[in-house]
Amino acid sequence: MSTPTNTETSPKTVPTYSRKDFLSSTEPRWCAGCGTFATFNGITRAFVNAGIEREKFAVVSGIGCSSRLPYYSNTYGFHTIHGRAPTVAMGLKMANPDLNVWVITGDGDGLSIGGNHFIHLMRRNPNIKVVLFNNQIYGLTKGQTSPTSPLGAKTKSAPYGSVDRPMHPLTVALGAGATFVARVPDTDNELMYQVLNAASKHEGVAIVEVLINCVIFNDKVFESITNKETRPDTTVLLEAGKPLLFGANKDRGIIMKNDRPTVAKIGEGGARLEDVIIHDPQNPNSGYAFMLAEMGDSELPVPYGIFRQIHEHVHKPHAGKGNKEGLLKTLRGSNTWSVDNSGKISSLEK
Amino acid sequence: MQENNVQYSSGSKPTELIDSSVIRLGGDSGDGMQLVGDLFTNTCAIFGDYFATLPDYPSEIRAPAGTIFGVSGFQLCIGGSEVFTPGDMYDTLIAMNPAALKVNLPQVRKGGTVIINEDAFIPKNLEKAGYTENPLDQSETWKNYRLVRVPMTSATQNLLSDLPLSSKEADRCKNFFALGVLLWLYNRSPEYSRKWMTKKFERKADILKANMRTFEGGLQFGETCAALNHRWNLKKSGPAPKAGVYRNITGNQAAAMGLMAAAERSGLRLFLGSYPITPATDIMHELSKYPDFATVFQAEDEIAGIGSAIGAAFGGALAATNTSGPGFSLKSEFMNLAVMTELPLVIIDVQRAGPSTGIPTKTEQSDMMQAMFGRHGESPMVVMAASTPKDCFDTAVEASRIALKYMTPVIMLSEGYLGNGSEVWRVPELDELPSFPAKFRTDPTNFKPYERDPETLARPWAIPGTPGLEHRLGGLEKLDGAGTVSQDGPNHEKMTHLRAAKVAKVAQDIPKTEVYGHPEAELLVLGWGGTAGVIKSAVRNLSGQGYKVACAHIRYLNPLPPDLESLLKKYKKVLLPELNSGQLWYRLRAELLINTEKLNKMQGQPFRIDEIESKIKSLLGAH
Ligand code: SF4
Repeated sequence: MSTPTNTETSPKTVPTYSRKDFLSSTEPRWCAGCGTFATFNGITRAFVNAGIEREKFAVVSGIGCSSRLPYYSNTYGFHTIHGRAPTVAMGLKMANPDLNVWVITGDGDGLSIGGNHFIHLMRRNPNIKVVLFNNQIYGLTKGQTSPTSPLGAKTKSAPYGSVDRPMHPLTVALGAGATFVARVPDTDNELMYQVLNAASKHEGVAIVEVLINCVIFNDKVFESITNKETRPDTTVLLEAGKPLLFGANKDRGIIMKNDRPTVAKIGEGGARLEDVIIHDPQNPNSGYAFMLAEMGDSELPVPYGIFRQIHEHVHKPHAGKGNKEGLLKTLRGSNTWSVDNSGKISSLEK
Repeated sequence: MQENNVQYSSGSKPTELIDSSVIRLGGDSGDGMQLVGDLFTNTCAIFGDYFATLPDYPSEIRAPAGTIFGVSGFQLCIGGSEVFTPGDMYDTLIAMNPAALKVNLPQVRKGGTVIINEDAFIPKNLEKAGYTENPLDQSETWKNYRLVRVPMTSATQNLLSDLPLSSKEADRCKNFFALGVLLWLYNRSPEYSRKWMTKKFERKADILKANMRTFEGGLQFGETCAALNHRWNLKKSGPAPKAGVYRNITGNQAAAMGLMAAAERSGLRLFLGSYPITPATDIMHELSKYPDFATVFQAEDEIAGIGSAIGAAFGGALAATNTSGPGFSLKSEFMNLAVMTELPLVIIDVQRAGPSTGIPTKTEQSDMMQAMFGRHGESPMVVMAASTPKDCFDTAVEASRIALKYMTPVIMLSEGYLGNGSEVWRVPELDELPSFPAKFRTDPTNFKPYERDPETLARPWAIPGTPGLEHRLGGLEKLDGAGTVSQDGPNHEKMTHLRAAKVAKVAQDIPKTEVYGHPEAELLVLGWGGTAGVIKSAVRNLSGQGYKVACAHIRYLNPLPPDLESLLKKYKKVLLPELNSGQLWYRLRAELLINTEKLNKMQGQPFRIDEIESKIKSLLGAH
């Protein structure tokens, strides 16, 4: 596409940035202790590491606590309307394919009001990165049930407990055909950085679900899977080519038993290390990643890391570069006649 | 004045000279009446005739054959001088089956010619059309018309009996018989149609032979049929058309072309974010054909259509979205984002009969109030309306120019009647159009995202990718100048006034309102949108007869033309016909304190000329 991007004027070598270069003059205004801070930190670290000029980043968000993020990022930014960030990001990317476009959304913004856009962004597979801040609650509007709030969760809009089954954001993304799917907790800076970095380099759409602790309206909902003590037993780290082992001593693994993922203690009941599933994010069958994305509801640990990373057709609009002559031809179409100065009419058709 | 009253062939029957003629073709969707209409229209074009056309599709995609609601139509008016509308009462009707006759006969003028495919008038079809007896047998009815009974189906089958075609294939040729009769009747050359067929069926020798033979059969029928006792020639009386290249164009095509032309004139890439909706989808269809000149995104819904366009506008494209009523409602929250972020955007609303799903295929002018006021908060927006199919081109160019010049969203109202209707269009050379190269801000010195150009109040357009101009846009209220988020009350009031002032500034771009008609007119007929043709026709007729009536048509609905108030006050009375319950009427009362006479219609159909004429006569009193 021929939209000017001013690339000609940008320096050939990308400046070396520090994280500070990506902080705008606006001080972040999230609640103290909120998980959004750590995530913002991870995102800007990934920006620094991307090796791309700062002016080529555009951060697009919807409405919600997390969607304030563009104001704090010293890049181009667009704080759009509730649920619709993917649409704006899509148009921006199509108009200006050189840009590095990031979508910042939340569980209410991205999965409830913006659910339709979310699935279509995933299925189209544009080169756009999506960070979904999942705190299982509406924060900005002060504590209502969100699409990821667990059944029975007591919220301001459900004082007797939520009667709605929650959705697993990553299964939705996978069902829609997402090509990079990952999850990280807000308490693990290193993992956050690694995963966001991998997302940033992925060719195609990337969705990273970050489990956010909303200290005000939903404090500690992720406690058991984020605190240092319990985390080894309740979560499993996904590493490509490595077995799905977890527990403080890495002595438990996920095996397939009767076609179901099952926890087995290695060495007990005949369970062998070789039986443990080896993580393969490139598995062409999305069923595997889907299975991982559903884990966590029973005794199965919650996976962190990259669930799926595959290469598929990346969205690209038809784009030609016509000239003035071609445009005039187009305006005229195939069925024309001409009138000369004497009023004589003749058909131009061949 | 042109003197060449083109006579194609002398033939053996007398010819009568006429000014213009309204032709209606009716049949099942499968009868190919649209094609007959197109070929006939193109033939007339090459003869230098003026015309306006209106296809009329049934709302069901495949309504049962032979039924009333399955009738599709094609209407055109041809004239030796300028034609402003596809016409009201039909001079000639071709009805391919009883249902088409039933639907259309009430609109045939007394003395008009009715050509029917008599083979289709069998009990089964009569019943489907709801006739209890065969209308052809009711001689009382036919006293008022020239009835021409054509055994079209059997004649076609006979002509093709020696060809290896199924009877279904043979039956499909009968529209060429109709075309032959029509060309004979209006004394227009068969050459164009012959050439078209030869090319179209190049690789299907049998089909070509069959169609050609049927076509010649139709022409021959004209010569020999006793009921067709005379044929017509058009009196050429209009001004000679301006030199140039001409084509036939629908309003939706013209809007698409206008956007592409505007992109060229501004040096930008065109982006259309769109979602299918009747009757606006053809704009997307058209632009999708030309990836050299447009990036088209078929979005997942109406909201995403405009959202993507806003993203593209942020990214530096000439961005547009198109829709009709229901989609226009869905887009309103995003329209507000465009107002708040002051990005250039063209929103085309091809209006249809509402509210809700309403009558999707029928026309109306009832979204004007929504375009003006249908958003939350104080949300002024530039609104303009196209007046004819070809004017959709100029209006799209103008809407784009204004959007870029003032950094503002612009609503362009079209109508189903304009979008699907077509007329002759002189294709402009691109250099005849205004040039308005887009200017991006590139200088980081003292960059303020909401600093304004004093002339236009436009803010700078700094697109992502430009070093040093990184900034954030959003729907939250902006601090004047700096463009950062501001919750300050007085600043909000200031910004509210600034947004309104910017839209008001557009008035400086509005040309003088032109008046047409009687020089000493006492009554002015004011119009906007698709009523232009019918109003002008009525005023042309009546002022020619000495009625003191004139008309003026406005494109800009917001802001209103600055000369409108003084213009309206010059006349004793102002008549305002609208295809709604009086939306502009209401605004003129509210904004200009001027009371106009209403004339309203909400039947999904445009005004007829006689409806406007009789209102004018009643307002002017005895003549
Ligand atoms: S309300 Fe919750 S999610 Fe929002 S900023 Fe405060 S702690 Fe974070």
